[in-house]
Amino acid sequence: MRIENLTVRYGSFVAVDDVSLEIPTGSIVGLVGESGSGKSTLARAVSGLVPYTGALTGAERVQMVFQNPYASLDPRMTVGGSVAEALLRLPSGRRAAEVERLLDLVALPGSVAGRYPRELSGGQRQRVAIARALGAEPSLLVADEITSALDVSVQGAVLNLVRSLREELGLSILFISHNLAVVRYVCDSIAVMHRGRVVEAGPTDQVTLEPAHDYTRSLLSAVPRLTT
Amino acid sequence: MRAGLAIVAALIVLAIIGPPLWGDQAEAINSAAILQGASAAHPLGTDNLGRDLLARVLVAGRFTLMLALLATAIGAVVGTVLGALPAVLPRKGARFVTGLVNALVAFPGLLLAMFVAVIAGLGAKGAVLGIGAAIAPGFARLTQTLAASVAGADYVSAARMLGVPRGRILARHVLPNIAEPLILNLTQAMGGALLGLAGMSFLGLGVQPPSFDWGRLLFDGFARIYLTPEVALGPAVAVALAGIGFNLLGDGLVKKARRARPSTDKAVAPRPEPVAADPEAVLDVRELTVAFPGGVTPVRELSLTIRPGEIVGLVGESGSGKSLTAAAVGGLVPYPGVVGASLLHRGGEVAMVFQEPALNPALKVGGQLAEVAIVRDGLSRAEARERAIDRLGRVHLPDPARSAKSHPHELSGGMRQRAVIAMGLMGSPKLIVADEPTTALDVTVQGQILKLLREVVDQTGSAVLFISHDIAVVGELCDRVVVMYAGRVVEELPVKELAAGAAHPYTRALIASLPDMETDRSRPLASIPGRQPAPADVGEGCAFAPRCALATERCAAERPPLTVYGPAHRVACWEA
Repeated sequence: MRIENLTVRYGSFVAVDDVSLEIPTGSIVGLVGESGSGKSTLARAVSGLVPYTGALTGAERVQMVFQNPYASLDPRMTVGGSVAEALLRLPSGRRAAEVERLLDLVALPGSVAGRYPRELSGGQRQRVAIARALGAEPSLLVADEITSALDVSVQGAVLNLVRSLREELGLSILFISHNLAVVRYVCDSIAVMHRGRVVEAGPTDQVTLEPAHDYTRSLLSAVPRLTT
Repeated sequence: MRAGLAIVAALIVLAIIGPPLWGDQAEAINSAAILQGASAAHPLGTDNLGRDLLARVLVAGRFTLMLALLATAIGAVVGTVLGALPAVLPRKGARFVTGLVNALVAFPGLLLAMFVAVIAGLGAKGAVLGIGAAIAPGFARLTQTLAASVAGADYVSAARMLGVPRGRILARHVLPNIAEPLILNLTQAMGGALLGLAGMSFLGLGVQPPSFDWGRLLFDGFARIYLTPEVALGPAVAVALAGIGFNLLGDGLVKKARRARPSTDKAVAPRPEPVAADPEAVLDVRELTVAFPGGVTPVRELSLTIRPGEIVGLVGESGSGKSLTAAAVGGLVPYPGVVGASLLHRGGEVAMVFQEPALNPALKVGGQLAEVAIVRDGLSRAEARERAIDRLGRVHLPDPARSAKSHPHELSGGMRQRAVIAMGLMGSPKLIVADEPTTALDVTVQGQILKLLREVVDQTGSAVLFISHDIAVVGELCDRVVVMYAGRVVEELPVKELAAGAAHPYTRALIASLPDMETDRSRPLASIPGRQPAPADVGEGCAFAPRCALATERCAAERPPLTVYGPAHRVACWEA
């Protein structure tokens, strides 16, 4: 799919300024930037949650997974009920089996369907949110900071899941994060956003090893590392 | 709450047993005893047909309550529908309904009730409809406000993106999540309806003879109030008592829902034998325990010694007890938590730096800093101001004199965090406790703040206790790392051993699951199955055992003590 000349304005403030970006089918494109860079606004525009000018081509069905898995699942609805909301197009008799298939896809046991979100860990909730998004058979999945509310010990499992979904389902993913190390691990290519604009975009290795833009270089040098 | 419950329960009992017990007596006409005052036979007197007024008051309870219930039901249903409609209607319709509700809320309730009652016809039906109409706008407004807050939730956005129809979103997501406050409001509305109906009957707009409710009895008795006040007193007391009862109950329910009932059982912290402090340490804590009521113990027997000039990192996941450890060190454990320790020695002043910079948004930055010096050191206003500007300069705020004159919102997040560090430096702290000071900041700003902390330590010789969930950040800044899991220290090691020399399986897994710029992208990331036990669920053995690949039977049964593993390196693990 292609994003062409996408602009989002809030009054006189330009949150996303004339962004063009290509997301090839079956690839994960990372979007990095600091708070206020416009990356989350771009995600919401692509998902149809905020009005924008510009064109989106080749993305008929976009689904988004939110940052906070504690807020993105209805606390009064069972996991199965939440996931089944993506399946209203199916006859009700077939939904239960499909819910189980989706949960299996995100490596959760079918028994989770009868539980409430409060009974699950943050990582499990985020898997449920991904399963729900997959139920709508999206042509593009937008993942907005999906691991930043999670503890490190479960973050790895969710990142592995994102990669396996690309491999097994050929899913296209727009993966948004402020964490460059996470983006590098997950994505095939990276776009760097700064003050509403994409300042650099390219294959992951190129952006992380031979950054062309000063801002990318300053982001890279700020990544904390364990000294060996 | 209890009084309200008792009154309402008594009213319900009265409504059930009243008519069968005293019904005949209330209807018994006695022409020999008309319009009497209080007597032994008729404690509240009799009416113009000689009927006993006490019996009539007791019997009227059922009818009065039924009418109030009906009026409340009408008001609640109409109000909830009106309030919820804007969420489903197209924009224009939604705006119209919102405007209508706004206008109705502004219109006096009793006037609305009388207006409707007059149109609907005199009698119980008109009164109930009228009071229902008067209650509805309040309910509509409440529903609207609550629904608007739920409509902004991520799960509603998710449902919208999935193409779930509006009506279904309303029925499945919005209404269930706002039901609780609406139901609580019902009780109070019931009290209001009761009073309103009594008022209507009293005005002659309500129940008409031969039916009678408390309002009607009051209306009849009121004509005789100068001669025999007791005939009006009975129904008046009944109405007042019922109104108070329902309102008390409603208030109580709302309060109870808002916060969990303050626990009556107190938290108990162990009081181990006191020990002597290390005289050189700026912080020497032994067997620190933080406990909350109900056996919740988020910090368990933690020992930590910090010497001048040291930066010690305290790492753990959410729920590991690291922030409560910091709070205990700063003496800031919130009620009803209690702190117990065999030693809690602070070798001087302690400054705290939090995740969200703690500045008062209404005051200028310089003034807030100066206040510390004025209150603490008795400096004059001008001296304190000078020191504030000096400290703001020391944390590298550009143009410190101008920054001092700005309000917190005029500074960026990173600059605010610098200002808070400057505030800590207004005194001469021996220890700076920094609880996730960079978590809300961008990576590039985070790097600057870490550099600043290091610089402050080098210049002032004070020590830092740096709390973070991010082991990479801790590794970059600190000299020594303390790893917490489920309230206990599981490993304590010099930072240079962190990357390759960690011995506890949890520390090793934490490091392995953290991707960095050199992580092999062709292999899956490590992660730890399961989840950390909640502070109330920590068992006897090693708390990490259920998630540990190396765990044996011994790990589940017996907790490993923190033992020396190498120079300045201690581990709590049987298998390390």
